[in-house]
Amino acid sequence: MADALLKVEGISKRFGGVVASDNIHIDVRPGELHAIIGPNGAGKTTLIGQLAGELAPDSGHIYFDGQDITAQPAPVRAALGLARSFQITSLFLDFKALTNVVLAVQPNLGHSFHFWADARNEPALIEPALAALKRVGLEHRAAVTVANMSHGEHRQLELAMAIANRPRLLLLDEPMAGLGPEESSRMVAMLRELKREYPILLVEHDMEAVFALADRITVLVYGRVIASGDPATIRANAEVRDAYLGEQDEEFVDG
Amino acid sequence: MRFVTVRNIVVAALLIFLALVPIYSTMSGNMFLMTLFTRIVILAIAAVSLNLIMGFGGMVSFGHAAYLGIGGYVFGSMATEGITSGFIQWPLALAVCALFALITGALSLRTRGVYFIMITLAFAQMIYYVAVSLDKYGGDDGLTIYTRSQFAGLIDLSNRVVFYYVCFASLLGAIYLVWRIVNSRFGMVIQGARSNDRRMQSIGFPTYRYRLTCFVIAGMMCGLAGVLLANQADFISPATMHWTRSGDLIVMAVLGGMGSVIGPVLGAVALLVLEETLPHIISVIGGALTGQSMAAAREYWALVLGPMLLLVVLFARGGIDGILTGRHRG
Amino acid sequence: MLLFIEQCLNGIQLGLLLFLLAAGLTLVFGIMDLVNLAHGSLYMLGAYFAATFTALTGTFIGGIFLALIATLLVGMAVEVIALRRLYGRDHLDHVLGTFGLILFSNEMVRLIWGPAGLRVALPDWLLRPVEFIPGVFYPSYRLLIIAVALAVAGLLYFMVMRTRIGMLIRAGASNREMISALGINIKLLYTFVFGIGAALAGLAGMMQAPILTVQIGMGENILILAFVVIIIGGIGSIRGAFVAAILVGLIDTVGRSFLPEILKLFLSNQAASTAAPALSSMLIYIVMAAVLVLRPQGLFPAAGK
Repeated sequence: MADALLKVEGISKRFGGVVASDNIHIDVRPGELHAIIGPNGAGKTTLIGQLAGELAPDSGHIYFDGQDITAQPAPVRAALGLARSFQITSLFLDFKALTNVVLAVQPNLGHSFHFWADARNEPALIEPALAALKRVGLEHRAAVTVANMSHGEHRQLELAMAIANRPRLLLLDEPMAGLGPEESSRMVAMLRELKREYPILLVEHDMEAVFALADRITVLVYGRVIASGDPATIRANAEVRDAYLGEQDEEFVDG
Repeated sequence: MRFVTVRNIVVAALLIFLALVPIYSTMSGNMFLMTLFTRIVILAIAAVSLNLIMGFGGMVSFGHAAYLGIGGYVFGSMATEGITSGFIQWPLALAVCALFALITGALSLRTRGVYFIMITLAFAQMIYYVAVSLDKYGGDDGLTIYTRSQFAGLIDLSNRVVFYYVCFASLLGAIYLVWRIVNSRFGMVIQGARSNDRRMQSIGFPTYRYRLTCFVIAGMMCGLAGVLLANQADFISPATMHWTRSGDLIVMAVLGGMGSVIGPVLGAVALLVLEETLPHIISVIGGALTGQSMAAAREYWALVLGPMLLLVVLFARGGIDGILTGRHRG
Repeated sequence: MLLFIEQCLNGIQLGLLLFLLAAGLTLVFGIMDLVNLAHGSLYMLGAYFAATFTALTGTFIGGIFLALIATLLVGMAVEVIALRRLYGRDHLDHVLGTFGLILFSNEMVRLIWGPAGLRVALPDWLLRPVEFIPGVFYPSYRLLIIAVALAVAGLLYFMVMRTRIGMLIRAGASNREMISALGINIKLLYTFVFGIGAALAGLAGMMQAPILTVQIGMGENILILAFVVIIIGGIGSIRGAFVAAILVGLIDTVGRSFLPEILKLFLSNQAASTAAPALSSMLIYIVMAAVLVLRPQGLFPAAGK
């Protein structure tokens, strides 16, 4: 078994009396899509926040490629190759789509203390950005201001920015959120593509998508990992059914 | 890109007008006009520098006039101590501004939004009171400066026309510099951080140091305006950095339009010309309406200006530049 | 020692005045998310109203009472006419709009009351110093200021923590939708809160009126001190505003009178007397900077902000 690229060792996080992460162990291996599922309030967003470096865990460690990154802030983690997308679309709304992706390309070229040269037409920035847009099928929308794009397009753009960031691992926070059935299936197809290229940690609500894509699934309930394994194991796990899937059994069976 | 637009024509006309002011002034003997426009050009530099952090960087500093004062006081105190060379005065003034911006910026930029507004205001007020307490350099009454900066005989700042063109060239330089910065990679980071700082961080930009650098650059540019202002007035006093002066600079930037590099110049010209002419306008209109002499009404021009600001905020958020381009902020 | 006690009392008195200003600011900011630079204008108006009404009624207390009502009404009118249009806009718009309001109110005051400063006379019973600890005399009016401000602080605390209106205010700060869903007229609530803030600022102004000259722009510098108080205390927190206001009042007053002596311990007389004025005027800003380094959200960060 290959060494894990991302390794989370026993992180915990409390907010006042609420335990949002309770001694969580997970890892993501090269070539793998590892999905995290759990009901609302399971602490998925808190987990992502700690992985991306926006929240500091109270205890435990996070390793990326063997390096302890627990104390590193978000920009450093991004520079190491940990690219994230946001559940609630977090784009540069007043910029054009292309500019959004250009910004994601820019850190790949080293620091940005360049005050003089015109960045608007720099091929080193534009070309990779256009390629990323093309990848998600948005190249024809490059010149549109993001605020004027649809929600579905925003989700695609989120993805384009994550891959333009030259990631070594993608941290995707509910890429399917708010998408219609048709858009969802397109997104699943896209993720299946990406999965061949990047290891992915996918936090997702959409069970159908998760079971279609994941190599491994970890179930989070009240901040605790209650089960972890391949999709078949999770599907068969009684505790998972009781604690989580029970409440949406029908959806689950349909999936 | 179209180059012949209403807005570009207005901007070009304004720049040509500014370039011709001394010629017209000298020919017509209207020296007041040149004095007024020297001041306008200098304050336009300050407004352009403020707009770099405020319009492009989203850092609403309510203490920008502090740099006018610091620049002026460094120049003034050196002149008083007998160091009159501009080659020493000017770089030192900019260095002190940079230092002040670095320290206060490092502290203020740890916060956001309203906190940032209030903290920059508070630090500027601190410097204001420090100036008031400097008895050696005039304290509350201010400091009269007897010698303008000397440039080894190369540039004679006591010649009004030369002085005007030095200011005008500085303005053009400031505009060009900001324009380059805004369109550079650095400028992309600054604008990205204004739009969505969290995303910038998660993409991999440690935005704090970029914003701080930008804050320092703007402080230095405004410091230059301060040196020029004190040179023009042969005088510097704490009033230069009173917080309402910072407010004026914000008004210029917003009134002109924060979306573009040139906007604040339009705003500076508009505000200061208005300040100069509004009293006349009020008394003329008032006189026509009431049939009485309204000379007394001239004093109350701020009664008109205040609500006007409110109206600009509510209905013309892109400022003059926004109106000319048909573009409206937010 | 006597001087020290007196300076401490002066500091507390300044602190309590700052609290009255800061409380209004922080209420308005915490609940309506509005930055009101014109808060200092309400302070100034309070002082002018006090001057006018004491002169009209011939009694100090009656004048203060009328002035309080007048400031409350003006505050509510300003909210209805102008400021409510700024809710939900970004902070720069607030700054600009209320800056315009300052210019307007300064000119309005000049138009109504004229450019010269006014004085407010105190009744005889407030002029006598009081021996409140054996051997320590202190002006009775200043003691009155302390007592009134403390009473108002207590009242404010009671109102916010214990009453139905206070509950709405606290709920409004955290959940705008919920409060509208309850069928409460949020517009009216906002107008009321702004009026309270205005009256608090006005009260601070009118209590200062007999001590200082009532003049145009008198609210502007003290407003910035109130900002410092809010930064130190934490935006939106009444308790933070109280603690920070007393702190700022004490440090500023005591610092100004004792810093020269303290500096003389370390520096030559000459250097100390040059550095002391500059340093003592920087003192509270240095404290502010220190708080920012240690706790960027202030000493008492309001929950959820």
